[in-house]
Amino acid sequence: MKNILSSTLNTIKADMDTDISSPGRYRLLRRKIVSLMALVTLLPLLSLAGINYYEHQNTMTAEIQAPLRALVGKAKHSFELFLAERISAVSFIASAYSFNELSDDANLQRIFQVMRREFTGFVDLGLIDPTGRQITYSGPYDLVGRNYSEQAWFQQVQFKGTYVSDVFLGFRKFPHVVIAVRHTTESGQSWVLRATLDTMHFDRILAAMGLGPGSDAFLVNHHGVLQTESRRYGRVLDKLPFELPPTNFESNVQSVREPDGQNVFIATAFVADTDFALVAVKPKPTAFSTWYTVRIDLLFIFVSGVVIIFLAVYRVTSLLITRLQESDEQRLGAIHQMEHSQKLSSIGRLAAGVAHEINNPLAIINEKAGLMRDIMGLRPDFPEKEKFARQIEAILRSVDRCRGITHRMLGFAKRMDVKIEVLDLNAVLVETLGFLEREAEYRNVELVRELAPDLPNVPSDHGQIQQVFLNIMNNALAAVPDGGRIVLRTWDESENFVAISIQDNGCGMSDETAKNMFEPFFTTKKEKGTGLGMSITYGIVKRLGGEIKVMSKLNEGTTMTILLPKHSVEG
Amino acid sequence: MDMSTWKILLVDDEAEFINTLAERLDIRGISARVVYDGDAALKAVAEEVPQAMVLDVMMPGIKGLDVLQRVKEEHPEVQVILLTGQGKTRDGIEGMRYGAFAYLMKPLDLEELITTLGEAISATQGTPHA
Repeated sequence: MKNILSSTLNTIKADMDTDISSPGRYRLLRRKIVSLMALVTLLPLLSLAGINYYEHQNTMTAEIQAPLRALVGKAKHSFELFLAERISAVSFIASAYSFNELSDDANLQRIFQVMRREFTGFVDLGLIDPTGRQITYSGPYDLVGRNYSEQAWFQQVQFKGTYVSDVFLGFRKFPHVVIAVRHTTESGQSWVLRATLDTMHFDRILAAMGLGPGSDAFLVNHHGVLQTESRRYGRVLDKLPFELPPTNFESNVQSVREPDGQNVFIATAFVADTDFALVAVKPKPTAFSTWYTVRIDLLFIFVSGVVIIFLAVYRVTSLLITRLQESDEQRLGAIHQMEHSQKLSSIGRLAAGVAHEINNPLAIINEKAGLMRDIMGLRPDFPEKEKFARQIEAILRSVDRCRGITHRMLGFAKRMDVKIEVLDLNAVLVETLGFLEREAEYRNVELVRELAPDLPNVPSDHGQIQQVFLNIMNNALAAVPDGGRIVLRTWDESENFVAISIQDNGCGMSDETAKNMFEPFFTTKKEKGTGLGMSITYGIVKRLGGEIKVMSKLNEGTTMTILLPKHSVEG
Repeated sequence: MDMSTWKILLVDDEAEFINTLAERLDIRGISARVVYDGDAALKAVAEEVPQAMVLDVMMPGIKGLDVLQRVKEEHPEVQVILLTGQGKTRDGIEGMRYGAFAYLMKPLDLEELITTLGEAISATQGTPHA
């Protein structure tokens, strides 16, 4: 876990150190931070939910099993008591009366009547001599003279003294249990008293257990044969469809999977002095119905918690990443601007040096050429005078051209103090336009003014703003063909800025050109430009606290937009 | 205006430039003394006070602006035209404050120089001290 966390943290740190302009960096970073935070927050919740689930289920199981165990224990005692009372009654009669007394039909009838009155469930009573022959019988059948000597139960009663049979249907086709007791006198005479019990009373005891719907309780013998009717597994004497779980005389609850796949709790206990086991069955879905409801609630709370945590984590991370991105971009912008300023400053110093170094030899060339022209002018007979005059003029024109270049370079290097005054930008724009109107007229270029009449005055430097306008308008005029169109617009941009745009329908720029147009020495005018005009423009606008944007499409035109602050900026 | 009477001093360490300039002025009837550094300029002024001097700002030894200051201290009537290869930088503004008459940039336009010299000498002649 510690390793996973530290390795994830290390990857996040590595990602943060990567190039901030690389695409997908923030997406990847967001994904990793969300994963880590989700892992850190959801893991305890998951563990807690898991432990809670497990503990709750165990508690619920215990709470279900304990009452079932107690119920089976209680019902088992009821059975034992019921049978013990009846065995005692038969045993008492066998010992209280002599063989002769019991051999008398009238006596046996009377004793049976008393038994039935005192103990419910007896169906008949009969006396059997040691040879297995029924001597007397009181009950609904005529069983006198029947010989039981070959039957297993007679053998067992002879051996054990007391015997309780499995349930059987008998002649009357309803379930019975036989209780047989052997009595031996001091003189060695013995007889067997045999009574039949109706198992209806067993059903009453089972019904008194009060098991809920879907549950079941029944008696079953060692061979898995049902001794009472079962709601789930069939009628009396049907075979139980599964192996009875290990059972003893203490009631015990186990979890069993039925052949049809249903999971049930089965509580079992042997009934003393019989071959019976009491079985109670409770299906798990019924038993766990409360737990299932609680489980759904828990699941709902857990899922809601996960969703809320995840959303919160995602939201917070997104916010942080957005802030990080903005801060990176600002930092990058500041660095870029600083680099640009440093570049401009270095180039300015270089330009001044170069201009000075060039101007001195240029001045010599200028003077020498001028002197040559002077000398030639003084001598009317100078051979090939016109030819020489043309060469000298060419030299002087080149000197002029060089002078223009060095002057522009010095203009770039110039760092004049900014003189701030309140300006009507519309007026400055119209004034600047005056410089170009003649050329526009000559080339039939339409100059459209869409100037906001209520444009607020702004504090700025008149000369520098004019230079900015002039540079951009010059470029626009150079870009449009004869008969083209240049639109000048001004508007109130926002609370802090006014905007000026100069739009032309000229040749436009490629993306590459638009990207580099503010770089010093970048030019598309070949010999005509120094490549410093737009760089100076950019520097001035930035220094005045403004922004400059370019939108251009090749062969469709360019729109330059300048934003200038309405209020003075420091620095 | 009779240019032949003008007393001009030309000061620049670029000998080729300043000699040629002197020669061209001479062709136009303007005689001028030529020196090549600040010391020589101060010495020349001490020997004969010119009406106007054309002074390069960037020179080895005593700088043009120092020469200007010292000349103006002793001879405020001398009109000084500053020359530079660096355009209207702070030196130019400084020079104008010390009393320079004008500030011209190399390469020179000779006609502009002559016009400026004329104006400077007129200004000298107009000063009561002269």
